[in-house]
Amino acid sequence: MNKAEILIIDDEPQIRKLLEIALESNDYKVLQASSGKEGLVQAATHPPELIILDLGLPDKSGHEILKALRTWYNKSILILSVQNNETDIVAALDAGATDYLTKPFRTAELLARIRAAIRRNQLPDDSPQIQSGSLQIDLIARTVKKNQMLVKLTSTEFNLLALFAKNEGRVLTHQFILKEIWGHAYYSETQYLRVFVGTLRKKIEDNPNQPAHIITESGVGYRFS
Amino acid sequence: MLFDILPVLFSAVLSALTWNYFFIPPRFTFHIDKAQDVLMFLLYFVIALVNAVLSFKIRKAESKARDKEEKEKTIKLYNTLLNTLSHELRTPIATIIGAIDTLQISTNKLSPLQQSELLNEMDKASVRLNRQVENLLNMSRLESGFLKIKRDWCDGNELIYAVIQKQEQVFQTRFRFEPNEKLPLFKLDSGLIEQVLQNLFHNAIQYTPHDAPIEIVIKAENLNCIITVRDHGSGFPTSELESVFEKFYRLPHSKAGGSGLGLSIVKGFVEAHEGEVLLENNPDGGAIFTLIIPAETSFISNLKNE
Repeated sequence: MNKAEILIIDDEPQIRKLLEIALESNDYKVLQASSGKEGLVQAATHPPELIILDLGLPDKSGHEILKALRTWYNKSILILSVQNNETDIVAALDAGATDYLTKPFRTAELLARIRAAIRRNQLPDDSPQIQSGSLQIDLIARTVKKNQMLVKLTSTEFNLLALFAKNEGRVLTHQFILKEIWGHAYYSETQYLRVFVGTLRKKIEDNPNQPAHIITESGVGYRFS
Repeated sequence: MLFDILPVLFSAVLSALTWNYFFIPPRFTFHIDKAQDVLMFLLYFVIALVNAVLSFKIRKAESKARDKEEKEKTIKLYNTLLNTLSHELRTPIATIIGAIDTLQISTNKLSPLQQSELLNEMDKASVRLNRQVENLLNMSRLESGFLKIKRDWCDGNELIYAVIQKQEQVFQTRFRFEPNEKLPLFKLDSGLIEQVLQNLFHNAIQYTPHDAPIEIVIKAENLNCIITVRDHGSGFPTSELESVFEKFYRLPHSKAGGSGLGLSIVKGFVEAHEGEVLLENNPDGGAIFTLIIPAETSFISNLKNE
C-alpha cells in the first residue's frame, strides 16, 4: 500500500520534528514547509493527502494560506492553534478547515484525527448509506438503525444526524449547523442546537452523558465519529 | 501646595468668623467693638490656623505611611509570586530535564520498568506544567481587565460531565454526579465555567483523602445557575474561609504542589459573570463550594420538536 503523504506547514522546527517522527513511525510520508509561502508551493507541486497547518505563521497568516489552499485543494486540512482561541478556530473552520488541534496536544489524539481526516478523503461523495459504529443511516429511506434496531427520530433530528454523518471526521461550527438545518435566520439560536443534540444523543448514544458519536467541541461546535 | 493649603486657610477663617459671630459682643453680628476683642479674634484665628495646618500635616503623613504599607504589601505579594512560581514551574521542568538526562546517559543500565517509570514522570510533570501555565494565563487575563465573557447557551449537565472526564482516569470514579433532568439551558461563558470547575475539581482531588467521594449538584434557582461541589476532606479552618480566594494564598502547612492561583481564578471568573462563590464547612466534614451564577435560562419545553 502507498503511504499517505502529509504536508506540515509550521514555522517551529521543534513541532515539525516531533510531527515528523510521530507520523513517519506510523507509516505516513512527511513533507515539510517552514513558511506559508513555501507551503503553498509544495502543496501545489505535490498535492498531499492531508495538510497540517499552523495558524500562527510569521510570513502570511494561517488564515490567508487556508483561503488560498481552499481555492483548489479539496482534501482535509488540519489546523494547529493555541488554546483559548475559539474565535480564531471557528473562523478557520468556517473558511474550510476540516478539523483542529490546540497545542499542546497528545500524539494519540493527533493520530486519531489524522486517520479520521484521511478516511474522510476516501469516502464516496454521495453514498446513500452511512455506517458508523453500531449506527446505520439510510439517507434515502430516512431511517436510522442502532444495533439493527430501528430508532425513531423526528424530521429535524434526522436532518441533524444526517448532516453530522455526512461530515464524519470534520468539526462543524454551531453557526454552520444552524444555517444548514434551520436556515440563515436561526444563525445565532444555539439553544435549538443544544436541545436537539441532547434529544438526539438520548436516542443514538449508548451513554448520552459520555457520547461516543456526537462529541462537543467546547465553544466551537460538534464533531461526529 | 497652594490648593492643599487653601481649604485649611478657609476653614480657619470660617471658624474665627463663627466664633466672632456668636461670642464676641455685640453678639450675632460680625462687628467687634473693643480692641481686646480684636486681639481675641486674631488669637482665635491663629489657633484655628495652627490646628488646621497640623491636622493637614498629620493626614498627609498618614497617607504616606499607607502608601508605604501598600507598596510593602505589593513587594511581599511579588516575592510570594516569584517564590511560588519558581517552585511550581521549576519542579516539573527539573523532573523533565532530569528524566531525559537519565534516559540519555544510562539507557543501557535502566530496566524497561524504570524507563517507563521515567517516561511516566515526564508525562505527569508536563501535564502539571501545562496546568500552571494555563492558570497563569488565566490570571493575567483577569488582571489585564480585558477579560470579556462570551455567553452562549450551554447544557450544564454536559459541561460537568466533560470536566469530570478531563480528570485523570483513576480519580474519575470519585465523582458523584446525577444529571439534573429538569435543568434548563443557561447562557454562560462555557469556556470560563469549565476552567472554574476544572480548578474546583482539581483542588478537591488534591486535598482530600484518596477514596473520599466528591459530590456535584447543579440546579436552576431564581435565574441563577447554582453548582455545588462538596468534598469529604478536612474542610478549611474557620479563620481561613475568607482568605482562600486571595491570589497566591495557600493554607498554612499545605502540602507541596499548587500555586495558590486556582481559587482566585474561580472567584474571578464567577465574578466576571456577576456571580459569587460561597465557601462553607459541612458540619459532617469537608468543604462545600457553591457557585451562584446569574444566567438567562431557556426551558426545553418551549421548543417544538418536529
